[in-house]
Formats: sequence, C-alpha cells, structure tokens
Amino acid sequence: MVYFILKRMIQSVFVMLAVAFLAFSLFRFVGDPVSQMTGVETSVADQERLREDLGLNDPFVYQFVRFTGDMFKGDFGYSYRTRQPVADMIASRIPATLELGVVALIISLLVGVPAGVYTALRPRGALTQAILMTTLVGVSIPTFVIGIMLIFIFGVQLGWLPTFGRGGTVQIGSWESSLFTIDGWRALLLPAITLGVYQLTLTMRLVRAEMMEVMRSDYIRFAMARGVPMRRLHYRHALANTMVPVITIIGLQFGGVIAFSIVTESVFQWPGMGLLFLESIRFVDIPVMGVYLVVIAFFFVLVNLVVDLLYVAIDPRLRISDVS
Amino acid sequence: MIAFLKKYEGLWLFVHSPAAIIATFVAALIFLGALFAPWIALVNPYDLASFSLFDGLLPPAWEDGANPKFLLGTDDQGRDMISSILYGARLSLVIGISALTIAAVIGVGLGLAAGYYGGRFDAIVMRIADVQLALPAILTALLIDGIARGILPAAIQQDLRVAVLTLAIALSLWVNFARTARASTFVQMNKEYVQAAIMMGQRPMRVMFVHILPNILGPLLVILTVDLASAILLEATLSFLGIGLPADSPSLGTLIRIGMQFLLSGEWWILWIPTLFLVALVVSINVLGDFLRDIFNPRLR
Repeated sequence: MVYFILKRMIQSVFVMLAVAFLAFSLFRFVGDPVSQMTGVETSVADQERLREDLGLNDPFVYQFVRFTGDMFKGDFGYSYRTRQPVADMIASRIPATLELGVVALIISLLVGVPAGVYTALRPRGALTQAILMTTLVGVSIPTFVIGIMLIFIFGVQLGWLPTFGRGGTVQIGSWESSLFTIDGWRALLLPAITLGVYQLTLTMRLVRAEMMEVMRSDYIRFAMARGVPMRRLHYRHALANTMVPVITIIGLQFGGVIAFSIVTESVFQWPGMGLLFLESIRFVDIPVMGVYLVVIAFFFVLVNLVVDLLYVAIDPRLRISDVS
Repeated sequence: MIAFLKKYEGLWLFVHSPAAIIATFVAALIFLGALFAPWIALVNPYDLASFSLFDGLLPPAWEDGANPKFLLGTDDQGRDMISSILYGARLSLVIGISALTIAAVIGVGLGLAAGYYGGRFDAIVMRIADVQLALPAILTALLIDGIARGILPAAIQQDLRVAVLTLAIALSLWVNFARTARASTFVQMNKEYVQAAIMMGQRPMRVMFVHILPNILGPLLVILTVDLASAILLEATLSFLGIGLPADSPSLGTLIRIGMQFLLSGEWWILWIPTLFLVALVVSINVLGDFLRDIFNPRLR
C-alpha cells in the first residue's frame, strides 16, 4: 500500500512538472515579457539591461529550473495588467471559487445519487422516464442559460435572491468566507445551483448505470434468493458497492466544476478565480493565465490523490492486492 | 444485404420514435433557415443600411405595439430578431461544423494510426489524449484563444476571430474521435480482412482508410452528432463570455450576451428568443445523438 501511494505521488509530481512547463512556455514564448513590462519610451539599452537582469538570456533549461524553484517558494511573479504579485491576486480569489465549487458538488451529490438509485431501481416507472428526459434537456442547456434563467426567475421576477456578487462575507484569517452569513448563503445559492445542475445530470447517469450493473451481479441475485428484504438489499448490499464509482465521479467532476465555474462566475459576477482568468485572457495577462493553470492542476492532482487513498480505505480488495 | 437490413431496421426504429422525428424536424428547420438566411431574412444584420433605429425595441407580433412586419420583434438597434437569429445560427453552425470537421480529421487520423501501429506511437497519442481529457474542453478552448491573442498581432486579430475560435474548438474536441477510432481499429485489426490486406502487401494508408475506416464509421457517426452539440455549445459559451466573436458579427451566443443587458427591463424577447433557438437546436441534436447511439449499440436496446 505504501508502494501504491508512493507511486501515485511520483506520478503527481510529473504531472505538476508538465503543467509547470506549459505555464513556463506561456510566459516565455507568448509575447515578449520585456516589451510587456516597459513602455514605448524605454530605450533599447534599458530593455537589454532589463532582459539581462531578469535572466532571460540564460539557457532555457536553467530558466525553467529557476522558474519552478520560484513557484515552489510561492513566488509567482507579477501581473502585466495590475502590476501586483500574481500569488496575492490568485490567493484572494481562491476562497470564493472553492466555496462555490464545494457547495455545487454537494448539491449535485445530494440530488444526483438518490435520483440515480431511484431510476435504476424502477427503470420502467413514469417518474424515471420523466427524470431521464429532464436530464437530457438539462445536458443540452448551456450552463450560462441555466444561470440566466435562475437570475430571471428568482432575482428579477420574484426578487428573492441577489443576482451578483458574494453578499456578506466574514474574514477568517486570510480566508474570506460567505458561508457564515445568511446574506452570503443567499448570494451563494443561485450560482451553486447553476454550477451543480450540469454535474448533477452526470452524477445521476453514472450512479444509475453503476447501480443497474450491480443489481445484475450474482451476489445480489443470491441475496434475493436467500430472502434478504428488498430495502436492505438495495440500500446496503447494492448501494455500498456503487460507492467506489461515486467517489471516482467526485474526482472526475472536480475538473468540470472548476471549468464551468468560469462560466458561472461570469454570469453572476462571482469574484473567484474563474472571473480573474477570464479577465486575464481578455487582457492577455500571461502570468495570471499561467499561474491559474498551475493552481488548477495542483488542486486536480490533490483531489485525485485523495480519491486514490479513499479507494484503498473503502475497498478492502485493493489493500490485499498489494501483498501478491 | 445485411447492411440494407440494418438500414431498414434503423428506419423502422426512426419511424417509431416520436422524439427522433420531432428532433430531426426542428434541427432541419434551423439548418435550412441558417443555410438560406441571406434569402429569407428581412434585414442583413451586418449591413447597417438595411435596418433603422426607428424600428428599435419592437415586441413580437402578438404583443401590444408590435409591427407585424417583425414577427419576433426587434432589438435596440432596430434589427429584426428573426434575421439576427438566422444569421447567428448560420455563424454558429459554420463554426461548429468546421471545427468538428477539423477535429474529426485530426482525431480519426491519429486514432486510426494509433490503432494500426500500436506500440510507442499509440502510447504517445493516448498520453496526450489523457492529459487533454483531464482538462475540460472549455478550459482548453479558452487557453488556445488566450494564446492566440498573445501571439497574433493586434491588427489582424479581428479578422481572424472566426478562424481562432474554430481552431480552439477543434483542438478541444479531437480527443473523443481519436479514442473512439483507436478502440474500434483495435477490434478490426484482428479481423481476417485486415490481416489479409496487410498480408497482400497493401500500403498502411490504404488499409487504414479504405479497409478499416468504412467499418468503424458507425461509432464515429455517434460521436460526430454528440460533438456537434458540444461544438455549438462551446462556441455559444465562448461568445457569451465575450471571448468568442465580436458584437458586430453575432452568433447565437453573442446574441444572448447582448440580450442579457435587457434582463432587467421589459424587452424579454431580445434575450429569450435566441436562447430558445440555441436550446432547441442543441436539444434536438442531442436527441438524435442518443437515438443513433441506440441504433449502433444494440445492447442498450
């Protein structure tokens, strides 16, 4: 098991290095850093001195090593647009995106898993057909349209919920949270539902497929023949075995949540990393784009590592297979 | 004979699936409307002389104060909504279909070659595909767009928007094709006809494209349909985010973004009519994709 974890960690390091290389190439080859940092009136000699000072004339490999080292120390350079340290800009946006993403994920699981189980157990039911049709439409409606619809219904027509921003936030250390005020939750609700809906349909479909697969397996048939009560059969024997794929889903969906949070944040003007990334694309703010990539990749790798560890915790078979 | 029966069976299933018929009808209507937009549309939204500000903000024909000439109303510039939507759908479809074609050519080519040659080439292509699959398509497209903005000189950027957008979408969608083509090619490689063709000394290109490709078209067709919906959605999302097309050549996504400004005022049609068209288009393509999947995958029936 130690070997398994170690192997996964080494793989993760390689993934991070690959992403860091991508970010570095962005910095180095998309646009000239020196011309970005200086104005038109800077003389050629000054530009050359800056180039030398920044180490841009050093060998390529050397530059990459230094770049990675700086990132490791938490030095992410400066934004072309705001001239602020990129690390601060991203760090101040992380809480908003993470809170949005986690709440959306919880919504998608709380609704998606029961719906998936229900539709798997009653494949011919009228409600099942209705749910399946709704999800097909749900997958086809773009995230931003769902957002606009929610804004229109609950924000404009009914006037119940705010349609932009984070509402009241509470500062806990360096973490600006909107989870501790009613106002914050009201602001969070619509974006989180918007982000959750798409994930929800995926969760439901996967849980449904997995549950149907499990229900066909021999041990369920045997339990049925033995006279195990249906309720117990469904919710203990079958559901327990669909949990492994459900955890995989969480791992897989994290990427989707982060990507679609860009869209959701744009619709609701939610001040998270996604909105920052969009602004940086619009202004070709390469350092912010690069660092955003690295940060996202880091979360991605982290979540997948935790998912792998959870597998081992949930599925005893994985623990034994190490011995052989 | 078998192929004919299969076709016949597909037709039979089609006639008995109301959802598929309605979807085909809706999709065909929008496709034809987009194709013949220059002849059907009342005004040309790109041509400032063809509409007038005095016709601005007219509601659809069934509401009070409407001008029956503009069936679905007009926007703030006085452009006829139907015309904007037809031209918008045209642009959305052109970008979606060209992006899909590029993605299919790249993906199927690489997938076929990976399945045919196997070994190291296969490993490299699949690793790249894995990495890209970890990044959601929209993130990839945004990144490519951002890089293009950095590399291209500002002067020609506006002219190249459509090309950049198409390429960004194409490069984020090729993976599906590659994986499907590779998996199907692997299956075909063990069949006798392929072995025989190789044994006869036919060139790899010929074996791949003349012998194998026709036999793996089924699953590829499903991907093609499903990904057309993805491509249209991707374009709409990028344009909605303001990263895609500029406001003077609006696609469906841009129209929705413009309509957002009227969310708080009473002019609901500027926002909701393009939205309805986009959703109807994507839903019907997805329904067709599901239908095709069922046909080519009899186990699911």
